[in-house]
Amino acid sequence: MKENPPSIALRLHRELTEAWSPKPGLGRLAAVNHSVIGLRFMVTAGVFFAIGGVLAMLIRAQLATAASPFMDEGLYAQVFTMHGTIMMFLFAIPLIEGFAIYLLPKLLGARDLAFPRLGAYGYWCYLFGGLMLLAALAAGVAPESGWFMYTPLSSGTHSPGINADVWLLGVTFVEISAVCAAVELIVSILKIRSPGMSLGRMPIFAWYMLVVGAMMLFAFPPLILGSILLELERAFDLPFFDPERGGDPLLWQHLFWLFGHPEVYIIFLPAAGVLSTLIPVFASQPLMGYRAVVVAIVSMAFLSFGLWVHHMYMVGISHLAMAFFSAASALVAVPTAIQIFAWLATLAHGRPRFTVPMLYVFGFFFVFVIGGLTGVMLAMMPFDKQAHDTHFVVAHFHYVLIGGFVFPMLAGLYYWLPHISGRFPVHHLSKPAFWLIFIGFNATFLVMHFTGLLGMPRRVHAYAADSGWEIYNLISSVGGFVMTIGFALVLIDIISQFRYGRGFRRNPWKATTLDWAMPTPPSLYNFASLPHIDCRADMMEPDRIGNELAAGRGYLGFVREGRMETLAVSMASGRLEQVVQLPNDTWLPLWTALATASFFIAMLAKLYWVLPFSVAAVVILFLLWTEKSARTSDAGPLPVGLGASAVPHTEAPNAPSWWAMLLTLAADGTLYASLLFGGLFLWTSAPGWPSAALPEISLALSVFAAAALVAAGALGVVAARHAGAAPRGMLMASATAYGLAMFFLMWMAFSGTPDRMGHALSAVCFVVLCYVAVHAALGAVFALYGAWRVHRGYVSAQRALDLRIGRLWHLYTAISGVLGLAFVRVLIALGSGGDAL
Amino acid sequence: MFPLLIAMALAGCGGDLSTLDPAGPAARDVARLWWAMLAGSTVLFALVMALFTLVMLKPEAGCRWTPRSWIVGGGIVMPVPILAVLLIFAFAQGERHLPWRGEHNPVRIEARAHMWFWEFHYLDYPEAEPTIGVMHMPAWYEVDVIATSNNVIHGFWVPRLGGKVDAIPGHETVVRLFADDPGTFGGICVEYCGRGHASMTFRAEAHTPADFYAAIGVSGEGRK
Repeated sequence: MKENPPSIALRLHRELTEAWSPKPGLGRLAAVNHSVIGLRFMVTAGVFFAIGGVLAMLIRAQLATAASPFMDEGLYAQVFTMHGTIMMFLFAIPLIEGFAIYLLPKLLGARDLAFPRLGAYGYWCYLFGGLMLLAALAAGVAPESGWFMYTPLSSGTHSPGINADVWLLGVTFVEISAVCAAVELIVSILKIRSPGMSLGRMPIFAWYMLVVGAMMLFAFPPLILGSILLELERAFDLPFFDPERGGDPLLWQHLFWLFGHPEVYIIFLPAAGVLSTLIPVFASQPLMGYRAVVVAIVSMAFLSFGLWVHHMYMVGISHLAMAFFSAASALVAVPTAIQIFAWLATLAHGRPRFTVPMLYVFGFFFVFVIGGLTGVMLAMMPFDKQAHDTHFVVAHFHYVLIGGFVFPMLAGLYYWLPHISGRFPVHHLSKPAFWLIFIGFNATFLVMHFTGLLGMPRRVHAYAADSGWEIYNLISSVGGFVMTIGFALVLIDIISQFRYGRGFRRNPWKATTLDWAMPTPPSLYNFASLPHIDCRADMMEPDRIGNELAAGRGYLGFVREGRMETLAVSMASGRLEQVVQLPNDTWLPLWTALATASFFIAMLAKLYWVLPFSVAAVVILFLLWTEKSARTSDAGPLPVGLGASAVPHTEAPNAPSWWAMLLTLAADGTLYASLLFGGLFLWTSAPGWPSAALPEISLALSVFAAAALVAAGALGVVAARHAGAAPRGMLMASATAYGLAMFFLMWMAFSGTPDRMGHALSAVCFVVLCYVAVHAALGAVFALYGAWRVHRGYVSAQRALDLRIGRLWHLYTAISGVLGLAFVRVLIALGSGGDAL
Repeated sequence: MFPLLIAMALAGCGGDLSTLDPAGPAARDVARLWWAMLAGSTVLFALVMALFTLVMLKPEAGCRWTPRSWIVGGGIVMPVPILAVLLIFAFAQGERHLPWRGEHNPVRIEARAHMWFWEFHYLDYPEAEPTIGVMHMPAWYEVDVIATSNNVIHGFWVPRLGGKVDAIPGHETVVRLFADDPGTFGGICVEYCGRGHASMTFRAEAHTPADFYAAIGVSGEGRK
């Protein structure tokens, strides 16, 4: 007897729920499912927002009167530094990550992201890094040099305590989480979509997150490098930023702002993506100018990397150079305006509805446009020469961040909360909450523009009573408290929606995207079967599609051997390519994050002997992640429903994990490029060059090391090509060559730079050689592990992923290694003033 | 809210550290630029909010313009000329106030930043004693302030006379000031430099040339 659709749907639901069932009890810490991890990120980010908000209230309480005895200078410095650090690193970016992790598979018609365990690892890294910073705050040793930690104030001489180390190590720990999220999001958007969803059919939010992921991949490495260099200076006295020893404080500023400027667009763009998703729904009109918006955000991404010097107009750079950055900073208003007018056009050609999310959209328009206009003002150098480092800038960035990020995310919160909770709000707190936030915000920050123009600088805990600033500060402080009440009401609103909200039938907002084509709250598996897409993914009929998919009439409408599966497609066309076998819940991400934490805590506690053990533990644990994907025989193409079949990802040439390695190397390469350019920058800008004492790097050893690296790399590459021929010998030879290279490199690094604590030239050469050595060490690990996998029979001509991923590393290490060895010689020649040529 | 702000603005623009109470050409030009940009921004803001209100309340009116008109008109045709004009104007203004040597021989004063006070050396008058917390300068003459530090980064700023410049260890940066008339002007450190940052204030005293020589303790004979 043929099953009718409702009973098929029920059976399918039971089987999928069984396959996706999480570990109970404490096992919830082993979860890797994207909905769980995404919600964890968002809730944790919300907690950090509250803490950052309390710190803001402390600041406003202090500044409400001219010479307040509330906090002294030292405590105040910790409070304002932590307010900025928490909001930028522990609230904004993680909220975006969590939101994207939660939502993207649902929008793209997938059951999970590409690397569930990487997402889980990223969450734990974020949590532990954040806890490090909070613990320091509670213990009174929080960082206190401002959230951008300019040297030399943050160097060992002027910040002798562990406060600055907490920032450097804690923030770097959190940045690892961000880079992992970037890799995961990029690969998931490019590969893990429903068949038929070409790039041009993706929901616009996916385009935004793709661009943001790429920006994160290239923006975070300069900061990570800067943090590493500053920590090396503080812990081991290697002078990169000390002008008395060939370093330059400006190097920190360049590295920081190379990160810092793209960072604020990384924060704005996802919120703009939310607007591009919501506004069409509430206008009942698909987004107008989809292509124009895509072009606009891609150009914003590129432009944003060319603006960073506008934070440094005061440091004595030539007027002509600054004019370039001024023009670029003004130019970025154009792609922003394109998006704003695309939204207005969508509303104009639709039938706009007034809902709570639209209230926040109004708030966005009001607040963000003001912020953007003051931003153009600040881009004009003469004006910035007066307004820089005053409260005018503080007002500006709060307008763009709160207007451009917080308001759209609150709109998104109210929009998707019914999806997450399965309930629609019944109380009427939402509108008063909005108005309190809106009015309170403007009261706090609108006057602040004026306060800044009246001369009030940033980061002062007290000011003269006759300055005339007191009344305006008092208004700002009162406004701040009103805004806080508004946020508290929003929190109550969220809780009451979960507890008292009423149920609803599917799709209360009448959206046209795939995320509403599922039961709400969603099951862990998202879709009972996956759709084939044949139109733009924001012009769909979720009600009809939802029923069909639930009845199993899509791809993968079955459970194969109890495994969790989703589909991978080719990047541009969306043609079906692979079946991705998803990992089960596992404790490995948590253990790996704890091992990573042990590294950072050991650095902080100056227990340097622990470090090799931490590194070894992290490497071994990461290798253990590959255990479950080991297969001893080729499976070949598997049926996936609707008459189609696809190979499992472990046997596909373009598997997601291969792309992950490629992207990781892109980030690594950016860090390396920052290091090399940093060295050249010091040669041009730092005082004390040419250096008297030069490193002595033997030419013979350099040549031997280069040859060893090239040999090791070549062997690894050839081994990958001949994966089917069990190339154990080649891989072992590769590992040996890497070992030799490492020996030469470490010899040159330690004995060739006797002056590395005396001059930045030697310090830079030392770090470059160590960088290459570390990569050679990991190259040996990849080669040895590959040999082991071959030995166990996990590798064949089809199942060559291990070796192909290793090949990427080998190529990178060989090229970057030879480049580094050459660079060191060039820098020594330059740094000697031509003597050593 | 806006009437309140305008009232406050008209009432309270003055102040010893106010950029809106300029006492020199550099500060005055920037203040004028600010008022012009404020006016333009108010117009643009009102335009966008009016459009938003229009499309929300009466979308049929906005429907007349095609999406392309909206996007190209508002996103490119409107901003680009405005930004271009603004940039050219601002660049020209910036050039005018650069510390170039021209026909004028500026008086050079070195501002050394310590933690947490300013020390001023009168480079053109080696026999003058350095002063702490007070910078003596002649009114009616270009003064180039060379900012340095041998500890952390500080920021030198006399808002009523002109823009700020960072004092960065290992570097020397220059800002040109000019006082229209003798007077005393407030100065502050404007880059966070540690616990004493808020108290690192100073005065810039502009004197007639005779009073200037007296103030720094050099004889005025044979000098301009």
